[in-house]
Amino acid sequence: MIIPYLGVLIIVGLVGFMGVMSFFASFIMRPRNPYAEKLTPWECGMEPVGEANAGHFRVHYFIIAILFIVFDVETLFLFPWATLLTDKGLSGFIFIEMIVFVAILAIGFIYAWVKGALEWV
Amino acid sequence: MIFNNAAIMQTLNVNLNAVAPVALMTVLAIVLMVIDFFLKRENKFSLGIVTLIGLVLILPVAATTVDPAPAFGGMVIADAYAAFFNVVFIIAAIFAVVISNDYLRKISSERGEYYYIIIFATIGMMVMASANDLVNLYVGLELMSLSFYILVAMRRSATGAEGALKYFILGAFSSGILLYGITFTYGFAGTTNLTEIARMGVNLSSANHYLLIAIIMLVAGFAFKIAAFPFHLWSPDAYEGAPTPVTALLSVGSKAAAFAFFLRFFGGAFHEFHAHWAGLLWILSAATMLVGATVAIQQKNIVRMLAYSSIAHAGIILIGVVVMNGFASAGVMFYMFVYAFMNMGAFTVVALMARNDGTGKSISDYKGLAGRRPVLAFVMALFLLSLAGIPPTGGFTAKFFILASAIEARYYWLAAIGVISTVISLFFYAKVIFYMYMKEPDALDDMAPVTQAPSTLAYNIIIFITAVSTMVLGLCPTPVMDMAIAAVSHL
Repeated sequence: MIIPYLGVLIIVGLVGFMGVMSFFASFIMRPRNPYAEKLTPWECGMEPVGEANAGHFRVHYFIIAILFIVFDVETLFLFPWATLLTDKGLSGFIFIEMIVFVAILAIGFIYAWVKGALEWV
Repeated sequence: MIFNNAAIMQTLNVNLNAVAPVALMTVLAIVLMVIDFFLKRENKFSLGIVTLIGLVLILPVAATTVDPAPAFGGMVIADAYAAFFNVVFIIAAIFAVVISNDYLRKISSERGEYYYIIIFATIGMMVMASANDLVNLYVGLELMSLSFYILVAMRRSATGAEGALKYFILGAFSSGILLYGITFTYGFAGTTNLTEIARMGVNLSSANHYLLIAIIMLVAGFAFKIAAFPFHLWSPDAYEGAPTPVTALLSVGSKAAAFAFFLRFFGGAFHEFHAHWAGLLWILSAATMLVGATVAIQQKNIVRMLAYSSIAHAGIILIGVVVMNGFASAGVMFYMFVYAFMNMGAFTVVALMARNDGTGKSISDYKGLAGRRPVLAFVMALFLLSLAGIPPTGGFTAKFFILASAIEARYYWLAAIGVISTVISLFFYAKVIFYMYMKEPDALDDMAPVTQAPSTLAYNIIIFITAVSTMVLGLCPTPVMDMAIAAVSHL
């Protein structure tokens, strides 16, 4: 039962080895030139707030990130839906279904807007 | 297209009637959300009224939506069993919403979100009760849990934050364990559909290690939701930190939802493996009963005491899951039904007694209550005696059905431990009654709290309904028990 999975084990070992080796190689070869700006925690170009070392970011950034996820998932649903829409037998039902889905998401979006989640202060 | 339309539609089995209660609840939540945009802070209480009207209108729909055929590709099953639990959830939500108005004013946290997050939590419970697929179950569970994390944190205080954070971290962890158990179930059965798993179970050899791992992880995940012994540590803190109406809903609703799926899963899908999981649940049940009852004795805060008492109750309800025959399952359903009334009633009294500054939840605050508010003290005593299981209250009948089923199925030791835990629990319930009737209040300024509430009408209505229901269910349990037996017969 184990033998068929031997390849997987070898791959796991190889990948782990590659990962460690690439870190090790860059550790040996990289130039060392640290300065304050370079050492600040990096999160999509956001400036850290307060103690820079603690890596605190504005909570607004995360709210925007969560909102992005919601609409990302919506798009994810829209693509397979669009391919099925050509089907005559299903289209009527799934068209209404998607309208309902998008409407619910839109209300969520309006909620976020009204509550000021999109204001960048 | 490569698909065959008719076949797809048949496998999908789109049945909007089966999801009508959940759909209507979602509409209610969205309507509330939209109304909330246009309300000023001082008018947020009107959302509570809209919520109440909506829930009362949906209740008969939920009670009558019975369609035993699995719908939506076997994801949803709206049988009588699900309808029974949906009614319990909606009743609990109604009680919580009614007492919320005044309580939110007390803690000055009148936010519109509160009401529709309660609805979302209830939707999560309803999805769990009518889930016929582990994936659908998980969606419902997460909807319920995420809503409760927010609700527990509604009171902006240190205890609220502590309770919510503990609940969130442990809850997220246990959801992960449950999800891992679901993947193992999928691993050995090749499907997440409960009907299919039950069909597989007959053919599978019982000595499957993955099955055992799946059982252990699923039990651990659910034991967290019902706050069974080794997984109970979050519950007293979360109960104490949450607004009291939320605590009431949390103790009744989330527990009932977990038990609803517990029964459907272990009674339906995993019934073939009874020998494998019964031993594990036996130990959990016995330990939960004893720990819940003994630790409750030393609690000074009435909410924490009720939290440990609800742990002990979870242990006793677990007896019914261990026995797992028609009568025991119906006993579990009946127990949840009674528990919704008596626990909601007790928490309503606690919410009424709480003062504006958040104090008034200590057991010593109940000293001499009988002298000041004789009726309130009497109904509180009624709820506590019912929780303890004294005839002729509903709590006695519920315990009687569970323990009788255990003795019938020759689980003598478990039944004996159940009786012992009941006797121990009588001690701390009776202590509150003793304080209310036999002790004098500490100081004169303690006389004030009850009169501070601007309107006690909402509380009084709920206390009246729950007290009458607790008595009626004790004196005349047959109609509800018959409904429960009819509902489990198709499980």
